[in-house]
Order: sequence, then C-alpha cells, then structure tokens
Amino acid sequence: MKNSEIISIKGLIKRFSIGKGYFTALNGIDLSFDKGQFAGVVGPSGSGKTTLLNIIGSLDSPTEGIANVLGQDVNKLSTKKAAILRRKHMGFIFQTYNLLPVYTVFENVEFPLLLLKMSGAKRKKAVMDALDWVGITDKVKSRPAQLSGGECQRVAIARAMVKKPELVLADEPTANLDSENSHHILQTMENLNKELQTTFIFATHDDKVIKYLKRKILLEDGKVTSDDIITN
Amino acid sequence: MLSLKLAYRNLIGAGLRTWLNVFVLSFTYILIIWHYGIIDGWNHQAKKDMKAWEIGNGQIWHQNYDPYDFFTLEESHTTIPQTFKNAISDGVLTPVLISQATVYPEGRIQSMLLRGIDPNQKVIALPTAEMNIESDEIPVIIGRRMAKNCKLKEGDITIIRWRDINGTFDATEVKIVKVFNCNVPNVDAGQMWIPINKLQEMIQSPDEATMFIIGENFEMNENVSGWEFKSFDYLMTEMDEMIKMKKIGGSVFYFILILLAMLAIFDTQVLSIFRRQKEIGTYIAMGMTRIQVVSLFTVEGAMHAILAIIVGAIYGIPFLLWQMKTGFSMPAGTDDFGIAIAETIFPVYGAGLIFFTVLLVIIITTIVSYMPARKISKMKPTDAIKGKIQ
Repeated sequence: MKNSEIISIKGLIKRFSIGKGYFTALNGIDLSFDKGQFAGVVGPSGSGKTTLLNIIGSLDSPTEGIANVLGQDVNKLSTKKAAILRRKHMGFIFQTYNLLPVYTVFENVEFPLLLLKMSGAKRKKAVMDALDWVGITDKVKSRPAQLSGGECQRVAIARAMVKKPELVLADEPTANLDSENSHHILQTMENLNKELQTTFIFATHDDKVIKYLKRKILLEDGKVTSDDIITN
Repeated sequence: MLSLKLAYRNLIGAGLRTWLNVFVLSFTYILIIWHYGIIDGWNHQAKKDMKAWEIGNGQIWHQNYDPYDFFTLEESHTTIPQTFKNAISDGVLTPVLISQATVYPEGRIQSMLLRGIDPNQKVIALPTAEMNIESDEIPVIIGRRMAKNCKLKEGDITIIRWRDINGTFDATEVKIVKVFNCNVPNVDAGQMWIPINKLQEMIQSPDEATMFIIGENFEMNENVSGWEFKSFDYLMTEMDEMIKMKKIGGSVFYFILILLAMLAIFDTQVLSIFRRQKEIGTYIAMGMTRIQVVSLFTVEGAMHAILAIIVGAIYGIPFLLWQMKTGFSMPAGTDDFGIAIAETIFPVYGAGLIFFTVLLVIIITTIVSYMPARKISKMKPTDAIKGKIQ
C-alpha cells in the first residue's frame, strides 16, 4: 500500500444468498484509491455500486478477497471496531438524506461530534463552520421536515463533513434533487475536496455527478469494466 | 451519558406520542400510590379506632370465651380474680360481662349481645359515663348501627329479655340514654351496653366478668388461672389479614394497570424499531455500535418512566396531598361490611411505598423497552439504512 493510498481492494467478491442459490453482486474487484481523490463508481442499477460502497464503509463485509480501508482489513473488523472506524474517519451521504427527523439542523450536524465526545464549545464552532461551508447557517433551528430536498442534502453533507473525515462515501447523493440543487451540492463537495483534501467516493449513475468526477470507475455486473482518470 | 442525552432529545422530539405514554405511566404511578395509601390509611385508622373503642392495649379473656360461638357465653364468665382488683380500681383495666339477650323494639324481636361495662371506665372511648343517670329504667347505650337496625333513638324505652345462669327468663325495660357514633362494628352492631353491676344482677353472676380490656400502664406479669392474655397484635390479626388480602386483591388491579401502561410502551418501542429503521441504520453508519443503539432505545423507553415521575409529580402531589387532607369518603353501605371502616379514610403515603412504586415501574419499563430493542442488534445496517427490513 502506497503512502497516499487509503483504500486497497484485491480480488473482492460479494455474494448474497437468494433462496437456495446466491447472487454475485461483486465479482473480483481490484481497486485502489489515493487520498484526496474525487472518484465515482458509476454503472446501471444492480451493477454493485452500493455494495462496493457499503464494503468500503465497513457496513458490510466481502465474501472473498481483501478490502483494506484506512489501514484496516474490513473482513477482520469486529462490529465495534468497524463502528469506531466509521465514527472517526468516515462520513456518509445518502440518496434519501437520512437526517434524524426529530432533531434540528444544528443537532443533526452535531450528532457525529457527540459520538466523538467533543466538548460543547468546540462542537458548536465545528457545526457552525460546517453549516457555513454548505451555506445553510440560517436554518440551524429548522427540522428536516421544514427543509427542501436540496437543503436536506446540504445538511447531510455538513453532517458528513463536520468531523473533517478522511473519507466521504456518497450513495446517489443527487438522485432526489433537481439540476440546480445538484450542481450546487456537487460544487460544495468539490470545494471541500480541494480545501480539506477529503477523499470522496460516489456511487451514481447521474450524469450531473459524472461531469464533476476526477476519476470514473465503470462497474457492470459486478466487474470493473473501465477505470479512467479525467483531466480537464 | 450520551444515551441519556440522545434519548432525551428523541423523546422530546417525538412530541405527542411521548406525552401520551408519559401521561398513562404517570397515571399508573399516582393511582398505585393513592390506592395503597388508602389501604394503609384504612389500616392505620382501623387500628387506631379498634384500639380506642374495642381492644384497648389488649384483653384478658375467660378461658372458655369464644367471640365466634355465642352458645359458650353462659360458661365463659367467672368471678373477677383478686389480682385484677387493684388495676380495676386504678382504672387501667375494665371488666366486661357478656350475655345473650333479645330486644323488642316496637314489638319486633331481635337477638343481641348485652355487654356489661363499668360506666366510670376510661379504658376505651365508649361514652359509658352517659349511663350514670338516675332512671326508672336501666340506662343503656347503643351504637349508630344498632339504633338504625332497631329503629331506636335516644330517649326511647324498649323491652329486653334475657336468661339468668339458672335458665330462667326475665325481662325489663331499658332506656336508650345515648346513641354513639363509632367506626368499629364489633362494639356497635347487635350490641347493647349496660352498667356491669346491673347485668351481673340480671344474670345472677355477681362480681363476674367475661373479659377485661387493658388500658395504659397495665402489665400482666403472672398467669392467672382460668384467664388468657390476648395481646393487641393478636387481636389485630384478623384485621391485618384482611388488609393483606385487600392489598393482594389490589395487586391484580395494579397488574392490569401496569400491563396497560407497559403495552403502550412496548407498542411504541416495537413500532419505533420498525418505523425508525433508517434512523437506526444512520446511527450505525455514523459510528454508533449496536450496543449503543440498543441502549439508546432502551434508555428512550425507560425515560418514559422518568418523565412520568416529573409529570406525575406536577398533578399527583397536589392531588395526593389534597386527599390526605380531605380524605376519601367511603361509599354508602360500607358500614355493614362488619369491619372497621371510617366514613372518610385519610390515605397514608409512606416513603417506602412511593420509592418502591417508582422503582417497580422504572424496572418494568426498562425491561419492556429492552425486549424489542434487542432486535436492533440483529439488523443488517445496509438494509436498515434503506428501511428495507420487514
């Protein structure tokens, strides 16, 4: 593993049992990601994008092969150690935002810092900074139900970024957004990637996202069919 | 600490659902405390009344005396032992002579017990001094229940008939000089109190007694042949048993009440776990361990009980204090139950009662909250995030 390499995947296979048989979602994936990459796993529905992201995020484990993420072998991690890995080093952005409905915007963004047991004053500053990055400081007291889809996703980005993680995994982050909001969100993430050197990995089939990617990995039927670095 | 903080946020955020559960639980607390308080208050009051009106500090019975077998009354009185004479003259012991008799109020016939007692006694609260009057008829006092049953009132003259120790029937007129009000049916229902010297004359048993009621500062240091000492606690055994049975009977009521409250909590928890799958998945994705999530949901459920204490205190403490001051009026008819029940019972709330009720509800709520929360540890976070679990 190189110094700048934060994810190394070798011979990754993931099978799901269906009835008496099984379905192979990922079939021999070899990939590596360097720190600060703005990469996307693209492909049609059912190609295995989300499964790959789940394994990288240590929410799932491979059937075969090795997935080394931030120096940890995902297959050998206990659920507790996997939780600690996610808590300290990863941020997640979901298609359906997954904001906690009874919390305010401030409380939603504050949540990952509570898990890190950060002091109150530091927490407040970090939350306000994160909300400032995504331009939503005027909605701190609102609840998710009072926000538009674009605003919800901006809160979700702030929540993922507030602890300044090394890795952010975004699963179809623009699927529920209109074009204008999608671009705004993607620009925000692009800026954060540049400013904080956070590695972003997207799972998407949205062309709007693909336009922003610096690396595009095409996944078809559980196999990587192309892996391109995009230079503007 | 984190679980407490998050659970509090979640509960407050859940709004009306939380407050409905909290109200049901707080109602359970208050009702249990109030009901137990009433039973304890009844117990306390019954003991106090029975001591004042009937039992004193204990009794000394003739060895043949059986309060449940009136046919033994003829053989259960004998001469007052010399050793008791000083105590009687000091007013710390009073003899009672009991005999069967019949009263004829307004031409009707009713069986009763004639109880002879010293009109000057101060051992029990009976207003026996009222019998210290000059009258052509024998002065007697009766209780409110007896007066009601016989349709007698103060000043009435009625005929009583009795049988002396030789088996000879005789009859005379008695005058009701006082109708007293008392919560102890044993000194009231089916009883007529008469000066003991008169009764001794009537049944031809001079200087005899069936029992003695013990007052303050009397100690029975030696066994007196033919007489048996009955302690206050012994004489209260039946009452204590009845209170115990009442508490057990009440427990069924509490069980149902707690069951209803717990059903609401359990239902909320089960629904929460299915409805909040995405939330659970998000917690795990953000780095909470499964144990942390299970404990969060358990604390959330258990916290209903804590909030219920606060809510219960807001409306419950004034209610319980008000009841303590004004008491609870017993329904009409409880007079005829045959046990000592005051018209108004003043509840007694002990610290132990409140502590154990609160502890019991908290423990049960925590268990009920934990049971459905265990399911979380079996969830696949990848499915939970999408809310796909069935």
